[in-house]
Amino acid sequence: MSPNPTCRAFQIHASDNVATLLDEAFEGSVVAIAGSSDETVLAAREKVGMGHKIALKRIDEGKPIYKYGVAIGMAIQQIETGDWVHLHNCRSNFDERSGSLDLYTGVPKGAENE
Amino acid sequence: MNDRSWSGYLRKDGRKGIRNHLLVVYTVECASFVAQEIAKDEPDVHVIGFPGCYDNDYAFRLMLALSTHPNIGGVLCVGLGCEYTQPSRIADVVLQSGRATESFFIQEHGGTRSSIELGKELLRSIRSESNERSVRVPMTWADLIIGSECGGSDGTSGLAGNPVVGRAFDQLVDLGGSAIFEEVVEMIGLREVLVSRAASPGAAEQLAATYDKAASYCKAVRQYSVAPGNFAGGLTTIEEKSMGAFAKGGRKPIEGVLRVSETPPHPGLWLLDSVPDSHFMQFGYTNPNDTEGIMDLISTGAQMVLFVTGRGSVIGSAIAPLIKVTGNERTYKNMTDDMDFNAGRILSGQVTLDEASVELMNLIADVAAGQSSKPEKLGHREFFLMYKHQDSPSLEAGCRQ
Repeated sequence: MSPNPTCRAFQIHASDNVATLLDEAFEGSVVAIAGSSDETVLAAREKVGMGHKIALKRIDEGKPIYKYGVAIGMAIQQIETGDWVHLHNCRSNFDERSGSLDLYTGVPKGAENE
Repeated sequence: MNDRSWSGYLRKDGRKGIRNHLLVVYTVECASFVAQEIAKDEPDVHVIGFPGCYDNDYAFRLMLALSTHPNIGGVLCVGLGCEYTQPSRIADVVLQSGRATESFFIQEHGGTRSSIELGKELLRSIRSESNERSVRVPMTWADLIIGSECGGSDGTSGLAGNPVVGRAFDQLVDLGGSAIFEEVVEMIGLREVLVSRAASPGAAEQLAATYDKAASYCKAVRQYSVAPGNFAGGLTTIEEKSMGAFAKGGRKPIEGVLRVSETPPHPGLWLLDSVPDSHFMQFGYTNPNDTEGIMDLISTGAQMVLFVTGRGSVIGSAIAPLIKVTGNERTYKNMTDDMDFNAGRILSGQVTLDEASVELMNLIADVAAGQSSKPEKLGHREFFLMYKHQDSPSLEAGCRQ
């Protein structure tokens, strides 16, 4: 891992297992984590857009995703440190439609509007 | 910042406004063209109204609340002549509040052209009467009611935009003012967090009931308040959006829950419930867009609304100035003409959250003192109102003669 971070992410609460990207990260980008953590760095395993979330640790399928110190959803597949956390691997515990949305546009897939 | 004061407009009913606008109110869509034409080329005149021919108590109460708003000095009510909602009933309430008012039906005045001429003439007399009645008085933070709303949210809204508004709300409440936030459908997943903020056991009961109604609403209509643009902006679930949205309520205890068109009984932080009640057409719809939420906030007497938008919304508002806050520096740069406040500087480390909230409070005072907000400069006056059912036992219901 390169010692010089190329982008930044913000961890809101000490118990969070994701951080929010303040810049865009690419595969292999070294991300500096600021906020409620000790100044750590990690490598992004894929492209993560600004405002999107990166996993700070491995999260097993069925386990909660924590942001703001609260569960914002559940992992629907195993997530590795440095993964992009979004619609493909995290779903709401409330919204039934969550899990059927296009990963990039967020538009419902299938016969939602019929 | 703490000792800022400015000159406002004292109304006969004791309320203090930061603008001296007049309103044209139409009571059915069929009268809206004439209403808009009457207000054309009259910079101090805003237009609101209700499109339905069949009346609706919620909509009527909202129009009464907006017609007697502290920023409004006089009101002209225009109806077609067939509809249930009666312009004269609005005018009666406006008159009782000590404001200048007139009302008429288009069908009784010879159609479009003559009604526009009559309306313009009536506006002139309402304006001069309003100016005679309005007294300039000093205002301070304790005279302010400020609303907050967010729309077009992205990953920065919960990190910077909403927190800076929340911090400004904390300061406003400390200085004796009133702060109101809404969007209960964007608190899904946060029942414990919400209830733990109650100022009293009574408030806790109200907050729990309000949350439960919103949660059952979302479940019943299978619609959570999260949109494709939110997902594209990095928000993954309603719970995540909720936590970000909740940050704009600051950290003060919540005094209780207001219903649409109710003014806060005492200063402090209040939650506004804009979700419809369940016994009417199985809920109907809650606010279908940001503008109706903003109108609901203004109906509580809010003289100004702070609007947080990460992706960049270009709306403004009728009646009360909207201050546009973005936590996204890219949005601020792309939409400089529309954005009042760049909270993205918190994320890039240029300012701290506390410094930014003092800056925001000073901007609020400048706008209260008469400086135009960016949407005001651009001429924005958005207004939206639809059918909704919400009980409000403390207010007189009914809109027919």
